[in-house]
Amino acid sequence: MEGAILQTIQLTKSFDGMQPVLKEISFSINKGEVVVIVGPSGCGKSTFLRCLNRLEEIDAGEILLDGENISEAGKNIYEYREKVGMVFQSYELFPHKTVLENVTLAPVLVQKRNKRQAREEAEKLLKRIGLLEKKDMYPRQLSGGQKQRVAIVRALIMNPEILLLDEITAALDPEMVREVLQVVSELAREGMTMIIVTHEMDFAKAVADRVIFLDKGEIVEEGEPKEFFSYPKTERAKKFLNTFHYEALEI
Amino acid sequence: MQDSGIQVLFQGINFVRLLEGLWVSLKLALVSMAFSMVLGFLMGILMAGRNRIVGFVCRVYLEIVRIMPQLVLLFLVYFGAAKHLGIDISGELAAVIVFSFWGTAEMGDLVRSALISIPKHQYESGYSLGLSRMQLYRHIILPQTFRRLLPSAVNLLTRMIKTTSLAVLIGVVEVVKVGKQIIDASRYENPKAALWIYGTIFILYFAVCFPISKLSTVLEKKLQV
Repeated sequence: MEGAILQTIQLTKSFDGMQPVLKEISFSINKGEVVVIVGPSGCGKSTFLRCLNRLEEIDAGEILLDGENISEAGKNIYEYREKVGMVFQSYELFPHKTVLENVTLAPVLVQKRNKRQAREEAEKLLKRIGLLEKKDMYPRQLSGGQKQRVAIVRALIMNPEILLLDEITAALDPEMVREVLQVVSELAREGMTMIIVTHEMDFAKAVADRVIFLDKGEIVEEGEPKEFFSYPKTERAKKFLNTFHYEALEI
Repeated sequence: MQDSGIQVLFQGINFVRLLEGLWVSLKLALVSMAFSMVLGFLMGILMAGRNRIVGFVCRVYLEIVRIMPQLVLLFLVYFGAAKHLGIDISGELAAVIVFSFWGTAEMGDLVRSALISIPKHQYESGYSLGLSRMQLYRHIILPQTFRRLLPSAVNLLTRMIKTTSLAVLIGVVEVVKVGKQIIDASRYENPKAALWIYGTIFILYFAVCFPISKLSTVLEKKLQV
């Protein structure tokens, strides 16, 4: 596809010879596009992101970044990961390093960037998310929402071509969800290419250019957020979306 | 003034001899600890690894060390080596061998548990930033392992220092042995020496171990992550 930045062709993944978790997923995302993946838990959405970052080996299929097949054996996996940023659910900052050290570690080590310059950029990014004054604190001194925002900055400073966000608000207290999603929305507005796995349906509706509904390891439905959330075409998607409507509860 | 027996500490060079004995005890403990740290680290890494056979062997070794009293091990190495292998090793060497054998097992288990207590996500977020395996261990995993390890390693050191007193039973002249010699030498002119000598030894052990375990508590607080 023209303009596709990241693409998978019939990506298949299973664990220990069990039923495949992902069945021949063919997917692509264009530069600047925000794709939100939704689906019931266990549908394979997290595994899909982890495969995209090659934290999981895939069984079959291809992953292409800028048209280059990076799932081949012998490809430099580290160089690839540099270009694909990832933020996890449990905001794993490095607990023995300060906020600033967390952010500057990879640019200095991996990209061999000048320490001072990395520091300056880190400060600039921290300032943007309103956490500059916390730069010398340790992660344990931050709230969950603050940690997650730092984790986003830590991925951003590598200037990734694409950002993968894996349920980044699932472990947060409700009042902190907003501050994190705010940062993500701003990134989306600035044209950052992102694949987002989330359970926040309202957020998905607001930020997504395209929604993908994944169930039992397959892409069941795919479309514009407005259409998908208001008029889902498939039974499975309808059923899934219904679980978010509490008025449907039988009390 | 009634004769309390305290003068035994100040007769001749008795007190200096006690300190020398203490130094022998500390040397045994420090040398054994050094071996235990290096070997224990390797063992811990092996135990935390995925190889089942290696893990099983390490496990058996650890259990043997834990159920065997160190005294039995000391006798086994010191007398056993002489009788059955015809090797005449000094008491000090036998003690270092046994205490290192014991310390390595304990240290190995501490390293293992420190390593596996690092969450999987620490590895993953390191990798996802593009860090290589070496960089990941050097900057992320090992520093955290050290921090988690420090308090329990210091604790092991104080146990090691106290346990060296067993070496007296294979003829090593360390602080307890020196004390016994002084008591024996002055048994007739000063029958109350034992209280003062053993009391002093108690204080000496305390003076060494207390600061170390205090340091461990401070480090624990300071380095908690």
